[in-house]
Amino acid sequence: MVATLVRLRFLLLANSLKRSPWQLIAVVIGGLYGLGILISAVAGLFVLSFAEIELARTVTVLAGAAVTLGWTLLPVLTSGIDQTVEPARLATFPIPLNTLLLSLAISGVLGVPGLVTLVAALATAGTWWRYPVAALVAVVCAAIGVLTCVIGSRMLVALTARISSGRRAREAKGILVVIPALLLGPIILGLTQVLSDVSDLLPRIAHLVSWSPFGAIWAVPADVASGDLGRAAWEFLIGIATLVVFVLVWRWGLALALETPSRSTLVKAGTRGLGLFTVFPGTPAGAVAARALTYWIRDPRYTQSLITVPLVPVLIFFYAGSNGNLAPLNAVAPIVAVLLSMSIYTDVSYDNTAFALHLQTGVSGRADRIGRVIALAIFAVPICFALAIASVWITNAWEILPGLLGIIAGVLLTGFAVSSLISGRFVFMVPAPGESPFKSKPGGGVSLMLSTFASWSVLGILTLPELVLAIVGFASGNIALGWLSLLVGIVLGSGFLIIGVRIGGAILDRRGPDLLAQLQKQK
Amino acid sequence: MTSEHTVTVENERIRDHLPALEIRGLVKQFGEKVAVDNLDLTVPSGSFYGLVGPNGAGKTTTLSMATGLLRPDAGQVSIHGVDVWTNLVAAKRLVGNLSDGVRLFDRLTGLQLVTYAGLLSGMTREVVAERANDLLQLLDLETAAGTLVIDYSAGMTKKIALACALVHAPRLLVLDEPFESVDPVSAANIRDILDGFVNSGGTVIVSSHVMDMVQRMCDHVAVIAQGRVLASGTTDEVRGDSTLEDRFVELVGGRRTGEGPAWLRLS
Repeated sequence: MVATLVRLRFLLLANSLKRSPWQLIAVVIGGLYGLGILISAVAGLFVLSFAEIELARTVTVLAGAAVTLGWTLLPVLTSGIDQTVEPARLATFPIPLNTLLLSLAISGVLGVPGLVTLVAALATAGTWWRYPVAALVAVVCAAIGVLTCVIGSRMLVALTARISSGRRAREAKGILVVIPALLLGPIILGLTQVLSDVSDLLPRIAHLVSWSPFGAIWAVPADVASGDLGRAAWEFLIGIATLVVFVLVWRWGLALALETPSRSTLVKAGTRGLGLFTVFPGTPAGAVAARALTYWIRDPRYTQSLITVPLVPVLIFFYAGSNGNLAPLNAVAPIVAVLLSMSIYTDVSYDNTAFALHLQTGVSGRADRIGRVIALAIFAVPICFALAIASVWITNAWEILPGLLGIIAGVLLTGFAVSSLISGRFVFMVPAPGESPFKSKPGGGVSLMLSTFASWSVLGILTLPELVLAIVGFASGNIALGWLSLLVGIVLGSGFLIIGVRIGGAILDRRGPDLLAQLQKQK
Repeated sequence: MTSEHTVTVENERIRDHLPALEIRGLVKQFGEKVAVDNLDLTVPSGSFYGLVGPNGAGKTTTLSMATGLLRPDAGQVSIHGVDVWTNLVAAKRLVGNLSDGVRLFDRLTGLQLVTYAGLLSGMTREVVAERANDLLQLLDLETAAGTLVIDYSAGMTKKIALACALVHAPRLLVLDEPFESVDPVSAANIRDILDGFVNSGGTVIVSSHVMDMVQRMCDHVAVIAQGRVLASGTTDEVRGDSTLEDRFVELVGGRRTGEGPAWLRLS
């Protein structure tokens, strides 16, 4: 039975790879990446054997604890562990709980991350090769440590699956992950700063960590090597106890998951009334705008593009502003304008087959286009203008404000136009409604990247007049050119917008059914 | 302006004498597979028409093409005399559509979704508000009016989609699998609504797998398999002396006799 379930894991993986070559490439890249980390880790651990025991101890304990902690916590945040064999799917089969437990643990170890961790952990024996007993102990401890890692990840997933099974919790989690991911650069900068400040504290920290459930098992070989057998015994006991507790909690969570596999959400009555539908005019275009704006608020796929807005100034401040030069901050507003105005070019793809309602009701393509642009413009225009004014206020460069506003007006209006045209004509591989905003369909990433590149290039060419005027104005200090850029941006952009909405609407009227057929195909 | 108005009124009168739906030589191919194969179908005005067929018979494809959602490769479709594929908007005004297998804008609340459908059809806010409340009451969805459609059960989702199809008071209702996963009480309520709609002069087309219900509910029926109409007419004509289910199996075939393998028999 155990062998069957472990084989099932590989069968499922192989079948999903057969379906999509892109995923195969991802797995190969992941494997190479893992191999690279592995080789450097193994080499490092061997080199460590020539260092003092104290240093070797500090490194192995801290690294081991970090790995264990990472294994346990990361899947909860990303919901990204390889749940190829999902316990809930096995609920209908008569499999004894302990057999299931064992099979899931083994198939957990037999993935790329599991194998990499296992080999690296076993390589700690190399650190202690000069103390044969310690090396032997290291092998045993490595096995226990890796099991703790794998079971820790399963345990917390099994537990949080019950807590955060609701749609809202899942979506909130999905959004929250992106913030640390985008801020990774600044965070690493800060962390290295902190670590170099406290480097002389590290042995003391390691000392404390070796008494913790996450670090104990990794400290055992070091204490055996230095002859402190009593301490080693205690740490070994803590490590074993941790593993046992993890297994028991996991078993309990798994039993619960098998008994109540249906994760139904409570149906609560939310807001009564019509919400935004009372704010907008009662016309087809007004209805589309109300619906689109509601989605900007409620759909995580849209929220994802909104989150980037506050992050752009933060990132620019960190990368460019940290050395005292604040001028790059003036680029914030135009960048946000590009991101926001182009964010609706996949709008119909995001609707997915719900777009059928627009076809059924016979709403005109133009009303559809106008509504979507209005919903976006309502917040995009004030945000961009506020950012522009804030940035020139901070950098005290009021003389560039007219030109900056010219660029923003041009980019926003032209971007709306380009988006209106593209989203009425092309269907893109985007996450379906309800899916994680970060889930990319096989091959979707590349096609989306190409189309983004193409549409941004078009935007760049169409906004060239006001861009050139503004930039020449900045360089020469001629404010009149800035005002001219603002005028050109508004007039030219408005013209493009009218054309984009008209042609986009006409395309939609003509090709609506074909668009729906394409949407249905990728469903 | 005045003359235009009289023309419209006359057209309305003429339309009622024409078939609610007339399909001639409809063809649709998906790659190599012929989904709808030169299909003819006439649905008389004021009829309660059942469309039955095995899985993959082309029912959904036919209904999508009949209501302007899927472009046919060849053939004509007209609704009350309006050619669908040359007058898309005019035809859509006459039809209420419940499609099987398309999503809804499910991050709106039930009330918002029905309101949205009404406003897109070009109705005023006041009329939409009144009708939306009536429909939610009629379909027992009042308590769920403020809940996001994504949190609805399958049956409730079906009902809210039906409300969207009804809100603009169409003359022809095209319902693809309207009773799937709907509870018996709601199904009976929906049947009453549809009966009332037909009695007042409207036309209903339903596709379904449940023969029993089609036999009881529909006055006309067509059996479709492999993209063709095998039999059509009044329900009594089609079923003859037997039940609709027996007649269906006889027409479509594929029935197996026997009790399955020996190991599956317990005694």
